[in-house]
Amino acid sequence: MNISVKDWYKSGSPWIWLNAGAVALCVIMVVGLLGLIAVKGLGHFWPSTLYVTEYQNRSGDQKTILGEIADSELVSATQLKSAGYQVPADIEYIERDLLKVGNRDVSGQDFLWVLSTSISKQTAPENLIAVERREWGNFYGNLVSVKEGDKVVASVANGGFESTWAALQERIERALAIQEEIHGIEKGDIGSINYGLERLRLKERGLELQGDSDPIKLQSIAEERAGLNAEYEVLKDQLNGLYSQVQRDQLLAKTIDGNEVSMSLSKVVLAYAPNDMGFFDKISHYIGKLGEFLLDDPREANTEGGIFPAIFGTVMMVLLMSIMVTPFGVIAAVYLREYAKQGAVTQVIRIAVNNLAGVPSIVYGVFGLGFFIYFLGGNIDQLFYPEALPAPTFGTPGLLWASLTLAILTVPVVIVATEEGLSRIPRSVREGSLALGATKFETLWRVVLPMSSPAIMTGVILAIARAAGEVAPLMLVGVVKLAPSLPLDWNYPFIHLDRKFMHLGFHIYDVGFQSPNVEAARPLVYATAFLLVLVIAVLNLAAVGIRNGLREKYKSLEH
Amino acid sequence: MSSVKLDLNSPALARKRKIRNFKDTVATHGIGVGGISVIMTIMLIFLYLLYEVAPMLQSASIDKTAEFDVPGLTTDESTRTMFLTSEEQAEIGMRLTESGDVIFFDLKEGGIISQVPLLDEIGSKVSVVAEGRIGSRTLILGLENGQALIVKHKYVAKYDQDANRTLLPEIVFPYGEEPIALLNEPVASIAMNENDENMVLVASGNDSLAQIVHFTKEEDLFGDGFELERYDAPAFELSLKADYLIIDAEMDWLFAANESGSMERFSIEDVDVVESFGITRIIEKGERLTQFEPLLGGISVLAADSSGTTSQWFMARDKEGTPQFMKVRSFIGDDEPTEIKLIATEERRKGFFTVDSSGVVSIYNTTAHRSVLEEQLISNPVDFMVVAPRADALIIESSGKLKVWDVYNKHPEVSWSSLWHEVWYENYDEPEYIWQSSAATNDFEPKMSLAPLAFGTIKAALYAMLFAIPLAICGAIYTAYFMAPEWRRKVKPMIELMEALPTVIIGFLAGLFLAPFIETNLSGVFTLLLVLPFGILLFGFTWANLPQSIRHKVPDGWDAVLLLPVLLLLVWFGLTIATPIEQMFFDGDMRTWVSRDLGISFDQRNALVVGIAMGFAVIPSIFSIAEDAIFSVPKHLSNGSLALGATPWQTLVRVVIPTASPGIFSAVMIGMGRAVGETMIVLMATGNTPVMDWNIFEGMRTLAANIAVEVPESEVHSTHYRVLFLAAFVLFLFTFVVNTVAELIRQRLRNKYGSL
Repeated sequence: MNISVKDWYKSGSPWIWLNAGAVALCVIMVVGLLGLIAVKGLGHFWPSTLYVTEYQNRSGDQKTILGEIADSELVSATQLKSAGYQVPADIEYIERDLLKVGNRDVSGQDFLWVLSTSISKQTAPENLIAVERREWGNFYGNLVSVKEGDKVVASVANGGFESTWAALQERIERALAIQEEIHGIEKGDIGSINYGLERLRLKERGLELQGDSDPIKLQSIAEERAGLNAEYEVLKDQLNGLYSQVQRDQLLAKTIDGNEVSMSLSKVVLAYAPNDMGFFDKISHYIGKLGEFLLDDPREANTEGGIFPAIFGTVMMVLLMSIMVTPFGVIAAVYLREYAKQGAVTQVIRIAVNNLAGVPSIVYGVFGLGFFIYFLGGNIDQLFYPEALPAPTFGTPGLLWASLTLAILTVPVVIVATEEGLSRIPRSVREGSLALGATKFETLWRVVLPMSSPAIMTGVILAIARAAGEVAPLMLVGVVKLAPSLPLDWNYPFIHLDRKFMHLGFHIYDVGFQSPNVEAARPLVYATAFLLVLVIAVLNLAAVGIRNGLREKYKSLEH
Repeated sequence: MSSVKLDLNSPALARKRKIRNFKDTVATHGIGVGGISVIMTIMLIFLYLLYEVAPMLQSASIDKTAEFDVPGLTTDESTRTMFLTSEEQAEIGMRLTESGDVIFFDLKEGGIISQVPLLDEIGSKVSVVAEGRIGSRTLILGLENGQALIVKHKYVAKYDQDANRTLLPEIVFPYGEEPIALLNEPVASIAMNENDENMVLVASGNDSLAQIVHFTKEEDLFGDGFELERYDAPAFELSLKADYLIIDAEMDWLFAANESGSMERFSIEDVDVVESFGITRIIEKGERLTQFEPLLGGISVLAADSSGTTSQWFMARDKEGTPQFMKVRSFIGDDEPTEIKLIATEERRKGFFTVDSSGVVSIYNTTAHRSVLEEQLISNPVDFMVVAPRADALIIESSGKLKVWDVYNKHPEVSWSSLWHEVWYENYDEPEYIWQSSAATNDFEPKMSLAPLAFGTIKAALYAMLFAIPLAICGAIYTAYFMAPEWRRKVKPMIELMEALPTVIIGFLAGLFLAPFIETNLSGVFTLLLVLPFGILLFGFTWANLPQSIRHKVPDGWDAVLLLPVLLLLVWFGLTIATPIEQMFFDGDMRTWVSRDLGISFDQRNALVVGIAMGFAVIPSIFSIAEDAIFSVPKHLSNGSLALGATPWQTLVRVVIPTASPGIFSAVMIGMGRAVGETMIVLMATGNTPVMDWNIFEGMRTLAANIAVEVPESEVHSTHYRVLFLAAFVLFLFTFVVNTVAELIRQRLRNKYGSL
């Protein structure tokens, strides 16, 4: 039985199909987006094979390069021709590969586009090494020797690759251990001393401002300062010793064009030979890299290394925000639902609160900057921190103001969710409690709030999810691309609410768009984005789960 | 069995009851106060934004602070004022007398600080004084013996042990203490202008001959001074007797005007070949030119006349492209304007003060085309008027008295017309909408038109809605009305989850993935626009013609699932056939074809990218609300329609959608509100250039992105800062109103369904 086009059209099916197509397209886009982020983000840590590629460059010279394939795309022949490439006439589209060739210190650029048609030979020989460094990005090449000072300890020419490689790994481990010690001293001990010196300076200035010239106080400050300086001298000597130790070993390697490069092991983070790795080696490498990503500090203008400070900053900010937003949101919701006289006014307030959730976040950022930072913060500085002026303490973007701004941004979410929870609790429950002689507050505290706690949780989780992903207001009230120190450390008062902090969302924006080497940073941005999506998806799913559980729980009460 | 007697009024219980009641009261009040204060805090946003914006709407005010006899003025005619000015902080005034004495005096009480005779050795008198570049503190004195002297007043701050500051005024001679010989008769009018390398000086006497002198400055080897090289160009003839001379900032033009209002323009780019470009009338016939002064920056010239009108003129190209001296705008007092006596220009902004013959002082700003103050300050004739460099004080000499006012005029640059209308800026040939808030130089004219930003916001939102509305609403219709319930339960949360996706991620993908993808696959994107709907229809028709046995294997409401692989296939197909299509019609490269053959400029980060990315971001908002609205249409309505024989599609179109339409409308509004305020996507996916063009291949700058970019760098409480707050306020108000309307519609809808 065949349907004619006319009948088919009359039945309305075409429209239904188109509508179905819209849903399918939405679903594809959503899944595609998540998939794209996941693949690009997670793939970054897998050690890619190093290829030796022989090809002809634009001017026709034969070149040999070494690198991993970072990307590939199809380009139309006309575009290439206009860029000055020699393209065979019968081909319309050509695949070109983006090779990450590293060695920025030698060649000046660490990425290279190569046309697949110009490649004459591509092999993946063994014993090629990749070295991750603290400067100049990755190095790719052949291992030559390992030196201790001027003395060659092991070399490929004499002892073969295996033994040299083992010697190298051993020495890298030693260097890394020393590096860690140096880092500990610099950030921890010397950081504390600097912090103490700064506090002493402020104390002195404070006394000066008060007109207090009590010699005893000044004397004690001077003594403390002398003590700190003496401690510093000791540490400095220790550091100098460590520095000379860490610079003992050298690694000598050869690039594919035969240039010998000598690297101090103090600059090496990791050396691996991807082409020699088995599957399980690769997995352990992958896990190691993932751990580094999550737990280390960023290197090289945020384009390498980890994102720990950003994760830490985001978590701190969100925690502070939820501490502020939960009580106030709940109190406001309880007031609106349980205490205020229901009528036109509460209705208007309810609509207004609801709509504030739709006000652009940048507006909150502007408000936070103007009101919290310049107005409140400026006045706090005048009143409590006059000794630090003209350098602002709270009169500048910082963690406290960022959390407060986001608290105001998310308080409508908590209010709406809590109100919904309160409205779901049947009257009979409240009346039962009141009939037993409980006061209104007791009813609220013992019965209503516990029963609506899942709703409150939902609201707080949604608020957290929103706060974790918000970037625009934070750009005005406290995030920075690189914070010198975490907002939480061992120096009194431990939490530094006035410090600026790093944030996952801003990290994505900054590294992806403001970084000097976007191409190198891109995989890291995808990984960061994946982490952020994951956190927010988990939070939201948790909220949905709790909400559904809540509904089930009170279904039986609704009669 | 004995019953336990329960004493409910035992002291312990009574006390406990008291405590409980007390707790309850405390809680009631605490929650009341807490709740109201939270709500107030939220409202505070609105009030605070307004509070930051409000000062821009205030007009200026002025307070008299001092009045004293003019220092050093005696009955001797030669002590009369030839020039009056003030130091930066308006603490010290400076007066130049006809006999050539510079008198520095305190501006609070009028006590003389120091007196420097300039002309004792020369033995002449000052006949005319002109100021060099505005703000340079350089004066040029034309003398009665035909010479000229250039002096500069300087103030050095000295601190004593207690950090008390005293200002020490002094006079320096940047071009030497030796006067420059110019004419053989008293100098009647004189003008100079300078930059780092050159100085040009023009003077004329009572005949119509003008002398022009060019100085080249060469920096010393040690960099602490410069050597001068004087060059006397041949004198040239003026067609009129110049009462006023002005040299423009670039030292390209000389404007010579006479009292009757004729202005002759000379090109002095090459001082050897001074060429007249003819005479322009700059005031109405029958009136007299009373003042002819340059404005800050030396581009504009102000001409005041006896009718009380002041007009602003500058060089701009006419339609043929020839530079002309054009009247840009004019200013006139509100009530009974009388002859303008004096003009005083500000040194930091494009503003000026006028005083007319009845003693009314007016403050104007040229960019804003706005009068910020008009007040009768003096009843006697005014002899001299000067504005302090920071424009925070006004000094007037009148009948032997000096009077000082404090001026509060913080934000004259802003007016309704400067924010929303086309403004004719200096160096532009016609009025335009421009946002350019800051530049390196002091005499820059800030261009703060919100119009291009509002336009960009609307453009971005519009393209986003073009992409989002069809997908979201069609999707919502299908999900709510046709989709099988088990799939609806999965699809809806999934799309709603996307609402929580941080926009920074969407923006980052749009900027770094989608933008280059679209650039290389431009033809593919447009092919998909055709291939997808036709492919779906084709598949639907084929499906309808498949044997029943196959069709019935797939339950009702599974169409979307069937379409998933089909769509993937279509996308692949569309991108593949785009290649030959591109070869056939666009020479193998559509992007080049667009910019070369269509002549449309193409940015990689353009409105198309923003439309798709931001559309994607608002789809969940629209989808979720529209789906709710459609789904909550009572089932008996659609069942009734179906029972009467209508097809499902007819039921949908005639019954369900009309009933749900307010909800769908409110969904669109909420989506719109979100698109308007979205910051990160626009920031990352456009080039952020404030252009006004609907071109889909060009970027834009939106209000929100502009705030994010500029607020951290703007000076606190400056006009720029407040204008950005105004932008935030506009965004706030717009989204708040849109959301409220949407919410009200939704509530009405809910009530309506309640009654059904």
